[in-house]
Amino acid sequence: MGLAMGTFSTQTKQVNYRRDKCDDDLEMTMVCHRPEGLDQMESQTNFNKRELQVLYRGFKNECPSGIVNEDTFKQIYSQFFPHGDASTYAHYLFNAFDSEHNGSIKFEDFVTALSILLRGSTREKLQWTFNLYDINKDGYINKEEMMDIVRAIYAMMGKYTYPALKTDTPRQHVDAFFQKMDKNRDGVVTLDEFILSCQEDENIMDSLQLFENVI
Amino acid sequence: MAAGVATWLPFARAAAVGWLPLAKKTMPRPPVDKKSRSDEILFVNVSGQRFQTWKNTLDRYPDTLLGSSEKEFFYNEDTQEYFFDRDPEMFRHILNFYRTGKLHYPRHECIQAFDEELAFYGIIPEIIGDCCMEEYRDRKKENQERLAEDNEAGEGGDAPLPPNSTSREKLWRAFENPHTSTMALVFYYVTGFFIAVSVIANVVETVPCRPIIGTVKDLPCGMKYSLAFFCMDTACVLIFTFEYLMRLFAAPSRCMFARSVMSVIDVVAIMPYYIGLVMPENEDVSGAFVTLRVFRVFRIFKFSRHSAGLRILGYTLKSCASELGFLLFSLTMAIIIFATVMFYAEKGTKGTTFTSIPASFWYTIVTMTTLGYGDMVPNTIAGKIFGSICSLSGVLVIALPVPVIVSNFSRIYHQNQRADKMRAQQKVRLARIRLAKKGCTNAFLQYKDDGGLQDHDSGSTALCVKNRSAFEHQHNHLLHCLEKTTNHEFTDELTYSEVCMTESLGYRTSRSTSLSSHHGSSTTCCPRRAKRRPIRLANSTVSVSRGSMQELDTLHVQKTTVVPQSRSSLNARTEDLKLNCDDRDFTAAIISIPTPPANTPDESLPTSPAFPGILRNSRSTTFNPDTVKISSL
Repeated sequence: MGLAMGTFSTQTKQVNYRRDKCDDDLEMTMVCHRPEGLDQMESQTNFNKRELQVLYRGFKNECPSGIVNEDTFKQIYSQFFPHGDASTYAHYLFNAFDSEHNGSIKFEDFVTALSILLRGSTREKLQWTFNLYDINKDGYINKEEMMDIVRAIYAMMGKYTYPALKTDTPRQHVDAFFQKMDKNRDGVVTLDEFILSCQEDENIMDSLQLFENVI
Repeated sequence: MAAGVATWLPFARAAAVGWLPLAKKTMPRPPVDKKSRSDEILFVNVSGQRFQTWKNTLDRYPDTLLGSSEKEFFYNEDTQEYFFDRDPEMFRHILNFYRTGKLHYPRHECIQAFDEELAFYGIIPEIIGDCCMEEYRDRKKENQERLAEDNEAGEGGDAPLPPNSTSREKLWRAFENPHTSTMALVFYYVTGFFIAVSVIANVVETVPCRPIIGTVKDLPCGMKYSLAFFCMDTACVLIFTFEYLMRLFAAPSRCMFARSVMSVIDVVAIMPYYIGLVMPENEDVSGAFVTLRVFRVFRIFKFSRHSAGLRILGYTLKSCASELGFLLFSLTMAIIIFATVMFYAEKGTKGTTFTSIPASFWYTIVTMTTLGYGDMVPNTIAGKIFGSICSLSGVLVIALPVPVIVSNFSRIYHQNQRADKMRAQQKVRLARIRLAKKGCTNAFLQYKDDGGLQDHDSGSTALCVKNRSAFEHQHNHLLHCLEKTTNHEFTDELTYSEVCMTESLGYRTSRSTSLSSHHGSSTTCCPRRAKRRPIRLANSTVSVSRGSMQELDTLHVQKTTVVPQSRSSLNARTEDLKLNCDDRDFTAAIISIPTPPANTPDESLPTSPAFPGILRNSRSTTFNPDTVKISSL
């Protein structure tokens, strides 16, 4: 019996030494970021101190480390749209917010974008929107990019809508959009075309003022 | 809505600027927040201990007491603070929940007190963070089991039967719970007596009695007094057969009863007798017949109906079958090894008892279990050496796994119980969270129902709309913007499936989609509602949307108070009951129980024939004839 036990024990010995190698990779650095001073931010953005304080408190609560990564961002945004799937649109939003394209949003990025969206001039807002639609950031919006964005927006509606969503609804929407925006019919929309077309549209101009008093 | 997302709402709204160029319709106007927007510090006095926190912190969870306007009920004008006459120690944890988004369970607190506090503050226990959830569950289960035991000891399952049960049910009950009636008790003891008699008779009939006068050989008593034993056996078998047939008749499910272990034992106990009656006195067959008589000893297992201990033992053996199997397997391995060794060691000796390896098995088993009968003994030196090794290792092999198996017994037993319960509870937990989520998604639809999307002129808005917090207004405005962008509306599952059904039936919806876009959409709401007025549920009890009702059914909710998920509708109830809002589901005076999550009343009225084209707001509400709805028309 002792021999049997002996043969068993020699087998288990081989497995152990492989485990040690993995431990080295597990050292993670705790990332922490502190924003620049309140005064500096006040001068760079269109918010006053009070508003910045409120914003930062909310930001810090959700992300104690000071930066938002894409997953947290998607999670937060999805909570506002429980009916459908907001993750695709949140992905595009994240890219629009992340000005340095390093996969994380700092408080400064957050506040800068909010400053444009809520307190910026019409041209700045339209520019930001153009930047959002231009997924590959090449300065042109083509139909595929627009399709992706529109599909993402419709995905947020979820399944139960009235009237029921048909499969070509996004395509129709995109076609209508291009009809309006693409002045020279070259299949892409440039920033100038975009801004010009939006300025011609009364509805869009009015609605840009909608969100000013959000904070 | 969980966590601190309320503070991220401004960001979500700002991001809506991205939809503007795409919007097909004009955007609705944003809600105007009349109250001051600046954040303020609130004072909360809980039994003398003062807490301070930002108002925003409390607003994070609008479906709790502190996050909704329900806390206004506790506002003390003189001291300008909110006063709660509750436990300040517990309040600390509640407040931390608002601050950090995680609810922790303090280990030193009583589980019931904690539950009560949660229920008071309107927080569902499912939100308890993973760090404390297991402890919470264990304590809760322990508590419930203790209460259940106390209850059971009190009743003992002796609750009187419903008065109109059939005689069959009564009979079954008498069999299962002998304490209920005297007859059952008598029968119980009589059967027990006869089982004992039968077993003793089986035993005694093999004892040698003095021989009959005239012969020399000792006879077993069974042969000597064969008639007496036969009569006794017959009597016992008659009683057992009668009992079995009675049970079979009374059983609620005969198939299940026939397959249960006890009934199999019953059958096996009485079969040999009948087979013996039928079989001829042939010499060839009587050998098999004798084997059959062995099965009479199974009558002793009938005692397990009378003894709970036997039943528990049987169950634990069954549940540890794999461990026992492993023990058997390792023993078998050892036996084979040593038997082989001993056989070859003793092969050379003349007249050895180790004639073959299987013959050596017996020696190995006897040695390893330290019995040592001495009928087989090694003679060679090698044999003796290996024999002693066998004996020593026998002690080890048997002594080592047995405690492991014993501890495995209790571990596996408890683990099984806990795993099953946790799986069931996990389902329940997920279902509850889904329920809460559903309540949240339906909140927007309910908001639309209340006419919240119309232009608000001061004074003419329905109070129930006004009472929603600023956060809800803004969130609903955001969702409304999305609707306008895509030119589709949010509906619930019910409506959607009805749309699909009516469309497939060939009805063309007469309503054009542009109707919904105008602010005058309320005009379509109210006439419809007026039409529905006469259709009224009989006693305006709680009605829940079917989906969530089913979920509630599967929950086996034991708690007497399940917190209603949406406080805003509760507010509506308490403040506006008779005024203007629909008499909502929880007329809580009638029902205090599992109030359905949000305010989605049941679609139990037949709707389709009357309104083929009308698909919005097809969730009906129960009306009081004297409800007056004040809304902007």
